[in-house]
Amino acid sequence: MKDVVVTPEVAKEHGLTADEYARIQATLGRDPNITELGIFSVMWSEHCSYKSSRIHLRKFPTKGPRVLQGPGENAGIVDIGDNLAVCFKMESHNHPSFIEPYQGAATGVGGILRDVFTMGARPIASLNSLRFGRPEHPRTPFLVEGVVSGIAGYGNCIGVPTVGGEVFFDECYDGNILVNAFTLGVVRHDRIFRGYASGVGNPIIYVGSKTGRDGIHGATMASGEFDEKSEEKRPTVQVGDPFTEKLLLEACLELMKTDCVEGIQDMGAAGLTSSTFEMASRAGTGFIMNLDQVPQRETDMTPYELLLSESQERMIIVARRGREQEVLDIFEKWDLDAAVIGEVTPDGIARLLMNGVTVAEVPIAAVTDEAPIYDRPAERPAWQDDLNRLDLSALPAPSDLSESWLALMSCPEMADKKWVYRQYDYMIRTNTLVAPGSDAAVLRIKGTRKAVAISSDCNPRYCYLDPFVGGMLAVCEGARNVACSGAEPIGLSDCLNFGNPERPEIMWQFRSAIEGISKACEALAIPVVSGNVSLYNETMGKGIYPTPTVATVGLLEDADDRLVSWFRAEGDRVFLLGGDRVDVELGGSLYLKEVHGRVAGVPPAADLDHEKRLCAFIKAAASKRLLASAHDLAEGGLACALAESCITRPDGPIGAVVSNPFPESVRPDFALFSENQGRVLVSCGPANVAALLEAASEHQLHISQLGTVGGDAIVIADIARLNVAETHKAWCEGFANALGFGE
Amino acid sequence: MKIAVLVFPGSNCDHDAYHAIKHVLAADAQFVWHKEGSLDGFDGVVIPGGFTYGDYLRTGALAKLSPVMGAVRRFADSGGPVIGICNGFQILLESGLLPGAMIVNESLKFICDYVTLRTETARTPFTRSIPEGTRLRIPVAHYQGNYFADDETIRRIEGNGQVVFRYCDAGGNVTPEANPNGSIGSIAGICNEKGNVLGMMPHPERCTEPEMGSADGRRLFESMLSHIKENAR
Amino acid sequence: MKARIYVTLRKGVLDPQGKAIQRSLSHLGMEGVDEIRVGKFMEVTLGEMTRPDAEKLLDDACRRLIANTVIEDYRFEIEG
Repeated sequence: MKDVVVTPEVAKEHGLTADEYARIQATLGRDPNITELGIFSVMWSEHCSYKSSRIHLRKFPTKGPRVLQGPGENAGIVDIGDNLAVCFKMESHNHPSFIEPYQGAATGVGGILRDVFTMGARPIASLNSLRFGRPEHPRTPFLVEGVVSGIAGYGNCIGVPTVGGEVFFDECYDGNILVNAFTLGVVRHDRIFRGYASGVGNPIIYVGSKTGRDGIHGATMASGEFDEKSEEKRPTVQVGDPFTEKLLLEACLELMKTDCVEGIQDMGAAGLTSSTFEMASRAGTGFIMNLDQVPQRETDMTPYELLLSESQERMIIVARRGREQEVLDIFEKWDLDAAVIGEVTPDGIARLLMNGVTVAEVPIAAVTDEAPIYDRPAERPAWQDDLNRLDLSALPAPSDLSESWLALMSCPEMADKKWVYRQYDYMIRTNTLVAPGSDAAVLRIKGTRKAVAISSDCNPRYCYLDPFVGGMLAVCEGARNVACSGAEPIGLSDCLNFGNPERPEIMWQFRSAIEGISKACEALAIPVVSGNVSLYNETMGKGIYPTPTVATVGLLEDADDRLVSWFRAEGDRVFLLGGDRVDVELGGSLYLKEVHGRVAGVPPAADLDHEKRLCAFIKAAASKRLLASAHDLAEGGLACALAESCITRPDGPIGAVVSNPFPESVRPDFALFSENQGRVLVSCGPANVAALLEAASEHQLHISQLGTVGGDAIVIADIARLNVAETHKAWCEGFANALGFGE
Repeated sequence: MKIAVLVFPGSNCDHDAYHAIKHVLAADAQFVWHKEGSLDGFDGVVIPGGFTYGDYLRTGALAKLSPVMGAVRRFADSGGPVIGICNGFQILLESGLLPGAMIVNESLKFICDYVTLRTETARTPFTRSIPEGTRLRIPVAHYQGNYFADDETIRRIEGNGQVVFRYCDAGGNVTPEANPNGSIGSIAGICNEKGNVLGMMPHPERCTEPEMGSADGRRLFESMLSHIKENAR
Repeated sequence: MKARIYVTLRKGVLDPQGKAIQRSLSHLGMEGVDEIRVGKFMEVTLGEMTRPDAEKLLDDACRRLIANTVIEDYRFEIEG
């Protein structure tokens, strides 16, 4: 490797453009050697540099009275009072999971956990947002099994509960699945740590697993499109070791109780290189590093390999000078490698040595701050108009509406996901107050009365039809989901999954979605505190739907205020909030896709002012203990939400009889499945009806009494009727049946 | 009265067991690192669940070599109450403190869910206040909880009344459908001949408060504490 | 000195994994596989020692740790 002569061709093979290479030559005033080229190539990759996305990400509202740490660190931090804060982030591991689903998903979980505990937080819960190709695609069942068991294998072993998420199927993900992992931790204000290489002369300490040749150029792989050769890239996939990560987690949290640590950062993509350069960049320092001191698992590793390896379960710590031994002792207790490999210098230069010989010398700023930034051309594609055209009157009405309703309840997007979450330990740490299956998961914060609600959301069909509106609706749905758990939304993390940004229509989707998310976050006062961008999600020129997944975090001051989405008791009254929204909105709906085989039209309209009042009302009603349940109307409209509230009940399914909120002039199939936003189905005991109506009027919120819980049928006026037991069975079996996972 | 909660590399239900004993039952609990060679001063021992040593080689196989397991053996020999939960049960099996072995679940999948158990005997310190036949709702969370022993061992432990819990349906019937992992005889928990060492796959420490979905697990810890109190007299 | 250790399930112990592999092979159209039993294979590098010493060491290691004789059998081969 040492003898490789760097030419423009070699640079190109490293994913650098001719311009970028010229820029490196100009900065250094000479040709880089191969090690330096490796450093630039990973640091300037899309994955590490955000070069195509950075100018748009600045649009996010990132500030708020609760924000203790916004984007730019390993994870965001939001205050929850009493000297406590929640630390969270969502991140993609799409490409590795497509190539090797078990290890790809597992290391995705491992990476996001490290991002959270490196800030000093103890992880208490994870979510996963998963998007696969058609269930009928020959590779889909294999990918589902692999990804789910990978998440289970890692999360269960390290002992952090996986409490919810999404599983979605569409043809557009046939060749490019999405695996987005989210973790939330709890941290004391005075124990927050950041990734700063501060204090000249402070030692740089490597801790965790030894370095091997794993995943070299994973970062550049995550920034390149798939082609048929991707299968051959298998050897560079990293293997996760959750046991070592568990030790690393405990050792780091033990170390953080001392005052030895100046800064700490996880070695994620681009490993040793990105962690050290980013830490020095934030602190405005430089460093000297002896690569031969790096603990190594394989022999004869070159500086290039040591710098670019993506071996998992490793961290960099900048310790206070003179406290090295304390750090080393703690890691020895936990049977982990730890070695002093360098020190912080004042001059802003990274000097890398191997056995005393300088092998690379580059200015930190040239690699980090001065990385290229692109304002790539963005243009709404011509085909968008065709896509948005939808003539509802031409849609044939189903001959049997109840049959269509049952079909939606058992389609894999809607069906029970127990096959998935039964493989996740969702109870460990005994904080899970609301387990998977409700609108959001709710976890108590031990030692306080508080709880947090978390939900991950995105409807990619809406985003495809209108990325701006789709972005807004993702935020609104997240806010509604945590509100339907009784919580106030306090922060959000996003994972932006898009196609090739070098295509103007993709860049338009990307920009529009960010603008939509930003607008909704501003209106609902939810700051974006962390996130991740995954571009080039394409296989052989075919891009995915724009998929900006958002993970919303809500706070309950009193855990006993929490709500669930299922009906509780016979005789409870059922109400619809926002039921005055009666324009038919079927663009991008589940009904259109599953029953009519189409993804077209314009997505439902977003009314941000209404959403804000809606969330505030539910939280207020929850804290007055007026409600027995609350469930957001999403895919499948009123009919599917009502059926879910009936059949997801843990004590056994129960029926309900409700009226039709739409005028009689509206076609019955449209009334059942129209996906108007800003609607929530709530129930309450008969004694609370008057108080509930009064509270709604105080909040200027439209509320209509729809019916009553009870019986063995789910009935919507005289339009449609399902048998509870049959629907429950179809819903329970739908997922495994669609994927061929029979016993 | 002081209860030891053992901590091995990879234990991950240690905090839950500690929380249940210390904060829910208001008894004294203390973490004990696996390198400790003595359990002097403790009145009860909990070997919590988790993935000790990453479940590498076999579940519990590497943890049995830790110094603290020698102390557990002496503690058990002297009649002290020891409960191994999930991975703790697997460690007790590997150590030979309980008979049999664990193999992978019949479904080949990790399973996390609430199950119903039927209490088969009140002879152990952990079930002395739970009458025989009592049904308990307690969650399981494991990949290798499929209990196996040869016919002779099964005959022996059944004959001695060493089967403490079996998986059953909501009505208390032991059926194949109610068996989550394929265990022989639907066995969910067993004790040693003397009855003072209990191993069980379900997690009582996860359900000591009603908001966790069930508080039935609390009864096992209450039994243990009352046993200790009585024996101290 | 190199050695190989084979750990196999004892007769009569259910092997859900082996059963699943056998089923999958038959789904792939590969008939004629009556049974598969999954075991473990280990490659061991030993320091300088006599063959009898190596045998004693490996047997001890298998008995005390590497195999669980409640459910597993073991055998080993020493190279050379």
